[in-house]
Amino acid sequence: MREYTSIVQELCGIAAAPKQQLERALASGKKAVGVMPYFAPEELVYAAGALPVGLWGADMQCSESRRYFPAFICSILHSTLEMGISGQLDGLSAIMIPISCDSLKGMGANWHYAVPQVPIINVAFAENRKIAAGVEFTLSQFKKIRKQLEEILGAEISDAAIASAIAVYNENRAALREFTRIVGEKPGLLSASERSGVIKAGYFMDRAEHTALVRELNAALSAAEAPEFRGVKVVLSGIMADCHGLLEVFDKNRLAVVADQLAYESVNFADDTPVTDDPIRGMAERLGSIEGASVLYDLGKRRCTQLAETAQASGADGVIFVLTKFCDPEEYDFVPLKRTLEKAGIPLLQIEIDRQMDSYGQISSAVEAFCETLA
Amino acid sequence: MAETTEKLNAKQVLRQLQDKIAQDVWDAKNRGEKIGWCASNFPQEITTAMGIQVAFPENMGAAVGAKGGGQRMCEYAEGMGYSSDLCSYSRINFAYADLGKCEELEIPMPDFLLCCNNICNCLMKWYENLALELDIPLLLIDIPHLDEMECDADRVKYIRAQFDDCIHQLEEITGKKMDYDKLRSVMEVSQRSSKAWLRACSYMSAKPSPFSGFDIFNNMAVACVGRGTVEAAEAFEQLADEYAELAAKGETTFKGGEKYRILFEGIACWANLRFTYKTLQSQGVNLVATIYGPAFSFLYSNLDELMAAYAYVPNSNCFEKEVQLRVDEAAKNGVEGAIIHINRSCKKWSGNMYEMERQLRERLGIPVITFDGDQSDPRAFSEAQYATRVQGLIEIMEANRQKKEAEKNA
Repeated sequence: MREYTSIVQELCGIAAAPKQQLERALASGKKAVGVMPYFAPEELVYAAGALPVGLWGADMQCSESRRYFPAFICSILHSTLEMGISGQLDGLSAIMIPISCDSLKGMGANWHYAVPQVPIINVAFAENRKIAAGVEFTLSQFKKIRKQLEEILGAEISDAAIASAIAVYNENRAALREFTRIVGEKPGLLSASERSGVIKAGYFMDRAEHTALVRELNAALSAAEAPEFRGVKVVLSGIMADCHGLLEVFDKNRLAVVADQLAYESVNFADDTPVTDDPIRGMAERLGSIEGASVLYDLGKRRCTQLAETAQASGADGVIFVLTKFCDPEEYDFVPLKRTLEKAGIPLLQIEIDRQMDSYGQISSAVEAFCETLA
Repeated sequence: MAETTEKLNAKQVLRQLQDKIAQDVWDAKNRGEKIGWCASNFPQEITTAMGIQVAFPENMGAAVGAKGGGQRMCEYAEGMGYSSDLCSYSRINFAYADLGKCEELEIPMPDFLLCCNNICNCLMKWYENLALELDIPLLLIDIPHLDEMECDADRVKYIRAQFDDCIHQLEEITGKKMDYDKLRSVMEVSQRSSKAWLRACSYMSAKPSPFSGFDIFNNMAVACVGRGTVEAAEAFEQLADEYAELAAKGETTFKGGEKYRILFEGIACWANLRFTYKTLQSQGVNLVATIYGPAFSFLYSNLDELMAAYAYVPNSNCFEKEVQLRVDEAAKNGVEGAIIHINRSCKKWSGNMYEMERQLRERLGIPVITFDGDQSDPRAFSEAQYATRVQGLIEIMEANRQKKEAEKNA
């Protein structure tokens, strides 16, 4: 059995070099489709034999994107558009852009004029996602997307191929759930950066290959002895925590992520796609079962209680709310979420991140102080 | 002695009507009826036909902003934990929901919430929080953003299912039954109002325009929420007739003489309305094109078309249609320049405005400026920036005019 450190290194290496992954796929004759947040039907891309490439921005300075978006739009969108304008994403056959938030609703038009060489596939879905009419609407839109993908990629997407793709994705989700469970039970075994890298790698590689590596890692992690841990155990909540500087701060403070409620991580793989006669229907139904995402209609704010339950079940010392700067849905959720955690007696730290940040001094001080109060 | 009463002009009638609409909600609340808070672009046909009274937090946010309470209320909400990045209407409303009072304007506290996210998803999150804080039911009609010029049959079917479901749930919440004959008549009256509103707005094409375009901002509250009533239809018909008469005579209520004609893009800066208006008016700049004309038309002839009409509101249309609507208004009304409000509160509206600026400039051949502001939080607005940019716009419009004159005389 390989050492877990070696597998982690391999996955973190992939996570750190998405461009190389894309180039490798293109060199092998594969096509690739960019997939922006949130919850786009990427199984359809996989079913077409193409590589879905997660586009959640990058840590970079933006200039050209400012000709399209005002400064108060989040850096996930700014940096993705910047990459598109600079030609870094020219290898993509298309980009899927969901309309999950008000900023994303403007992304499509800006992309269309700024990056005309990469066609857009708009992803509309029902926010009233738990009712039958909502599932039917999402189904109709996913079917439309299937046709668009067939035209763009020049490949037929059969029901059987979709069903297989769903199976691949469900296996990947299960492997990642297992991974986060083990890491949560053995704090200190992996750093926050390593935990993040293992999950992130999946956004740039064939999901079946990712699953194989994560399963191998899970076995190695299960066999490894849990170290004596003297740091602080936290649950992360927010859109994403994939910022090199932020993760370094976490690691420096010996902070173990024992669970998360991040759209980029657990929220994205918590729910399997149900197996249905028409496989696309299962994809539409899955949207109705997702909890903990600020960008989805959340009557009753299930997210708040879910976070408190997660923090309690994982034995976390506290919660860090990683606010993506200028993200309306997160900013709205923060207030009831804070109240719920206060009521449950769970310590909370809110930090604000931006993919264009070059100094993490303030965040470092805040995390340090938070850890001291919890130690 | 016989008493003589002077007939009120349309502006006065509309003001009275606006006050009556607000009072009706208080009266219903005081009678013990269940009343709601409602998103501005929620299908008003449902509540009007069911005789259910609702108040509009967005309109309250605008009014509080205009009366000078925006910053105070926003700061209170920020103290509750709401980011200053969020929509100022929502911050004002969160503050009000928590305080239960507001010196500038009050609306009765709700027993249920009606949300429609056609103009933004912000509303959905805002109302989720209200439902939790006030512990009352929330009904959402989700209208997915359009990615094509027309609203497709799948969207119509989805919206219709929610429309029907909403009626059933409202019947349970309020104990009032939907009368479908009444619904048909409300739809007819709404069409009458909408057509009159469009006709009134159409007179902006006259030179000079018979009125200041800023009047549209003041009148749209009734156009938005009260158009299903006969009183509103009559008031808009009167307004259109008055404008027609002025236009026929070549007269205008715009003070100071109309020298330049512009398109104004975006929500008004309510907290800075006087300054934004006076800066233009004092230099003879009249607003003669705004999306608020076609935006509140909601034209349809049956229920399915009604569903689609609510998907054609500003912010819900695909960008190409949004541009076309503005280009058509600007061309029809002969604008010479445009001002775009980059509204700090509204990510949806502001997200494509730089591209809008380029397209308006290229397609209409006019100068376009942008300025930073906010619908109700005065902290995002700078008088100096606004005044300087307006000055620049006027200089270019004047230079363009002289160039045209010179070409004509050459």
